[in-house]
Amino acid sequence: MMKLSLGPVLFFWERDTLMQFYAEMAEQPLDIIYLGETICSKRRSLSLDDWLGLAGDMQQQSNAQVVLSGLTLVEAASELSSLKRMCENGDFLVEANDMSAVHYLSQRKVPFVGGPALNIYNGYTLSEFIDAGMMRWSPPVECSAKIIAAALNQLDELGVARPEVEVFAYGHLPLAYSARCFTARSENRPKDDCDLCCIKYEEGIPLLSQEGQALFTINGIQTMSAEINNLLADFPSLQASGVDIARLSPRAQGMNEVIAAWHNVRQGELAPLAVQGCNGYWHSRPGMVSVEEAGLC
Amino acid sequence: MQLVCPAGSLPALKAAVRQGADAVYVGFRDDTNARHFAGLNLNDQQLENGIAYAHQHNTHIYIAVNTYAQPDGWQRWQRAVDQAADLGVNALIAADPGVLAYASKHHPQLNLHLSVQGSATNAAALAFYQDRYNIKRAVLPRVLSLAQVKHVASQSPVPIEVFAFGSLCIMAEGRCHLSSYLTGESPNLCGVCSPAKAVRWNNEDGELTSRLNDVLIDRYSEGESAGYPTLCKGRFMVNGQRFHALEEPTSLDTMDLIPELVKIGVSAVKIEGRQRSPAYVEQVTRVWRAALDSYRQAPERYQVEPIWRQTLAGLSEGSQTTLGAYHRAWQ
Repeated sequence: MMKLSLGPVLFFWERDTLMQFYAEMAEQPLDIIYLGETICSKRRSLSLDDWLGLAGDMQQQSNAQVVLSGLTLVEAASELSSLKRMCENGDFLVEANDMSAVHYLSQRKVPFVGGPALNIYNGYTLSEFIDAGMMRWSPPVECSAKIIAAALNQLDELGVARPEVEVFAYGHLPLAYSARCFTARSENRPKDDCDLCCIKYEEGIPLLSQEGQALFTINGIQTMSAEINNLLADFPSLQASGVDIARLSPRAQGMNEVIAAWHNVRQGELAPLAVQGCNGYWHSRPGMVSVEEAGLC
Repeated sequence: MQLVCPAGSLPALKAAVRQGADAVYVGFRDDTNARHFAGLNLNDQQLENGIAYAHQHNTHIYIAVNTYAQPDGWQRWQRAVDQAADLGVNALIAADPGVLAYASKHHPQLNLHLSVQGSATNAAALAFYQDRYNIKRAVLPRVLSLAQVKHVASQSPVPIEVFAFGSLCIMAEGRCHLSSYLTGESPNLCGVCSPAKAVRWNNEDGELTSRLNDVLIDRYSEGESAGYPTLCKGRFMVNGQRFHALEEPTSLDTMDLIPELVKIGVSAVKIEGRQRSPAYVEQVTRVWRAALDSYRQAPERYQVEPIWRQTLAGLSEGSQTTLGAYHRAWQ
């Protein structure tokens, strides 16, 4: 049966909101839960020690494997040392979202998860990361089913055992990272005096074209898709492509229902013929596109 | 501090050499490099001629094979690396660990530079590439402040190259899928951003509009100057306001920072613009050569000459320049 994972929370939520969210998630039929701040080191409603504490609690309260997710854009010395400490935690698997984490984890010779922010697009590159200790691959979100299958076939030809494959299956797509904080910019604030204003936007800020078309979601230094990427109607093709894990990315509301829908389908209920949202990347099309004939590809 | 200049054609390469570039970087005519634009880059014969010309004038040639290999096209990337080695280039600029591994294994004598597309923004990431692929230099993404560049350079296991002038990527290079989200083609996989074939200009209700795969990127009233619709430089609506929500059409210019970059120990400065004309390459190279020479001859008296600034301003996107992320306030 395909596994379901809960990705790290990509938005900035209050401490109480996070704690309540994870208390609920501990009750859900999830196989893997990713914890940690991956976007901005100034978001400290939970410190690294808090995250480690929460990881321990989650490990006890749920049956899910708990993984710590590392920061994606690592610039400051303090960010690097905090990431190093996460990589050296000794108890939990770590998801590397930057090559610095790959460096620390491979030096310690501990297995790790390669997150979607690592640029791994082919079998030769996969084999490099597997050699460095990667046991699970979450491909860049722009990868199509075809690219993933071709990369895995290439790996087979190289005689290297496949890692677990985890596809970003539900949520706002993480598309870009910048030095600039777009949330602060939208409020005319400099980044160094941002007042942590992203806490006001529990699911980011919509960015629309001048014609009102929803294009992106601003989330601090991250730019996400406006549309929800939803591959539930593509479930049969996810299975056929050798995907082991579907990653569901937390949203501010309704995650229980999202998880229930995926859980029902993986237990045998027929996948819906169509769902709201986009799935273009999976079908080798622009990411924003909704491919209607989902499931037939 | 070396001056590394771009060339998308043989005339541009020769212009850069003539104007005193220490090195010129080029790419093959396919999706193995991050400037895979129609009509751009050098064919095999031009590359051979260009390399011979550069080497006669003691100028180095670097070849960028700096996109991420698609599984089905792997042979293209492999062939590009082999060809770069056969041509006797002074360095190969690459980002994909698979490509770097192939190059370091099959051509150990070939100098490897980590491309800006590798997104290495800290010393630990650089250490990974140095340990595994023996890279000799790394180009830093344009996301770091000057203080951060200084810190990375002081901890880095390899010499550092930074961007000095040219178009500005607002996103960390190698970490942006915005283009493929709208058009299906991205810098990482296809070597293009906001590709020309997806661009459409229209006159709608008396206004000039630019669209990318039908998505409105900007509209201009009469008299407003219009720029290429790179999608991060469009005007969008956020919280009910219309503005350049991500970035204005500006160019990076760090001529003021030359003394600090030298003190930090930056080993090379890079000019962006392989897609630009030979005339652009010629003028930017001349001005930057003059500035670097002026600093070297009398560091304590260095100041940016007004004529340099005028020349560069005329070549900049939107005729505006910025210190970009080097200046913390910009972030």
